[in-house]
Amino acid sequence: MRLPGFRLTLGFTVTYLSLIVLIPLSLLIWYTMNLSFADFIKTVSSSQVIASYKLTFTATLLAALTNALFGFMLAWSLVRYRFPLRRLIDAIVDIPFAMPTAVSGIALTTLCADSGWIGFYAAKYLGWQLAYTPTGVYIALTFIGLPFVVRTLQPALEDLDKEVEEAAESLGATRFQTFRRILFPAVLPALLTGFTLAFARALGEYGSVVFIAGNIPNYTEITSLLIYTKLEEFEYPKATAIALVMLAASFLAMFFINVIQWYSSRKTG
Amino acid sequence: MSIEIINVTKTFGNFTALNDISLEIPDGKLVALLGPSGSGKTTLLRIIAGLDVFDANPKSDIRFKGRSVIGHRIAERQVGFVFQHYALFRHMSVFENIAFGLRVRRGRNKFTRQQIKDRVMELLHLIQLDTLERRYPDQLSGGQRQRVALARALAIEPQFLLLDEPFGALDAKVRLNLRRWLRQLHDQIKLTSVFVTHDQEEALELADEIVVLNQGRIEQEGTPDEVFHSPKSAFVMDFLGSVNLFHGRIEGASVIFDSDIAGKKQIFVRPHEIDLLPVNPNGAGLSTTVRRVQLAGSIVKIELLDKSKREIFVELSHEKYNVYRFSTGDTVFAVPQKSVVFEEDYSI
Repeated sequence: MRLPGFRLTLGFTVTYLSLIVLIPLSLLIWYTMNLSFADFIKTVSSSQVIASYKLTFTATLLAALTNALFGFMLAWSLVRYRFPLRRLIDAIVDIPFAMPTAVSGIALTTLCADSGWIGFYAAKYLGWQLAYTPTGVYIALTFIGLPFVVRTLQPALEDLDKEVEEAAESLGATRFQTFRRILFPAVLPALLTGFTLAFARALGEYGSVVFIAGNIPNYTEITSLLIYTKLEEFEYPKATAIALVMLAASFLAMFFINVIQWYSSRKTG
Repeated sequence: MSIEIINVTKTFGNFTALNDISLEIPDGKLVALLGPSGSGKTTLLRIIAGLDVFDANPKSDIRFKGRSVIGHRIAERQVGFVFQHYALFRHMSVFENIAFGLRVRRGRNKFTRQQIKDRVMELLHLIQLDTLERRYPDQLSGGQRQRVALARALAIEPQFLLLDEPFGALDAKVRLNLRRWLRQLHDQIKLTSVFVTHDQEEALELADEIVVLNQGRIEQEGTPDEVFHSPKSAFVMDFLGSVNLFHGRIEGASVIFDSDIAGKKQIFVRPHEIDLLPVNPNGAGLSTTVRRVQLAGSIVKIELLDKSKREIFVELSHEKYNVYRFSTGDTVFAVPQKSVVFEEDYSI
């Protein structure tokens, strides 16, 4: 039997999706069409653009992986243990969500610059320059992605049944075996979702990165900034061309993650 | 004695879950811990398993086959534990669930692939789910899940089997079938087992021995026959089946009812141990009015009201009922055939 309200909800969904997603996206293609194919290839394969793609994807991937690891640990601690200031720490996780990205960008730059609290010691003892390097881009992207992982994992970790852990223990599993074979597989789908969200967010990030990156062409220039620069130069077709490639690449990446996710959650249905 | 529990007390803050419990579980028997919620039965089971620890006391001890297991974790105790909600591993197939306890073994006791496969197949056969090894827990019915949970617990060849409300989450029909199946299985494998239940019928039907718990204390222990027919307290009498409470006095062999409660004894009579007659035989019957007669079922259930509007429940065989065929509004005399009197004051 078909549930009532199907036509209405489908109609609304399609209209809404068109207005918010499909029409802007088709404009992206429409504008790009103003370029000849040769110009398109030339634009998207210039060394500056390629360098920006490489930086953006590498930094995004590393940031999302970092967040998956440390976000998991953070969510785990927040859900499973009771300790002083737990609620405060829980609230702090939301800050990257809530803070205007430009403000976080400036704050991170101030901290990581050679004269900043962190940047000074990193340069002095480790010989690392943080701000105005790809490392800075990575730091900013990690910062903004963290809440996505923590917030998607928390409900999944809270849902873990204490009896299931006790069952594993009663069957002779060690703590590590219980974690690796029972608990981790149970929260893996949520972890992948969190990773995907953090990845997607970091891919398009602009505000927090531009300050700390320093935007040196071929070195610390991210794709979003390159698009913005083209727009400022009124090179709309070139901007959309770069964006289109970015879009296709992100789509592929998301598709790939979704396949993994589908595979890992298939069994629990 | 295979499991001995000696002077065990467990408190949660101000609440005493178990109050100085001493109990012996005989070898090879299926024992029921029976009690209402909050009686401490699950706590006791978890303490036997090593999932909870009892209050530290030099007098307290738990021994398995004569050896103390204090400080041993559940894995060291080698008990199979079946959880109330099965606690199956949802991301693993039935096969992997049952194999889990064998796969996590390391070192000397490690199983080969073939040994694991043989053992799992053997258990699948035992629980009569031979063809379902590739299914996932979400694709099984409640009864099937319960059996998988049981097979998983048996896979590690435990010394004892502990079951927490094993049929609690199943519907009535499945529960009845699974109950009989579990009894047969126990007769087949003879593994000392303890199960927790709040359902007296389940305990009476399934167990060799019943331990009745109330408010953290053992009220009575014995065979189903003993606890049902010779209850030691008003609580046991009431908990093990429906019961009518009368007031009156006992003169010789007969019971004289009195609606005036003051100074009278409490007399407990089970519904099937009351006879109904149209006339009062030598003053021993209680005058009542029929409120409702329920004919459907293997017995006839009759609700009566006495003069002070207290309800009395009576169960008659259809044969006996057909002698007088009382109906709603009739005046009948209730004559207890067998009654039990307890000194304590008890209210139902």
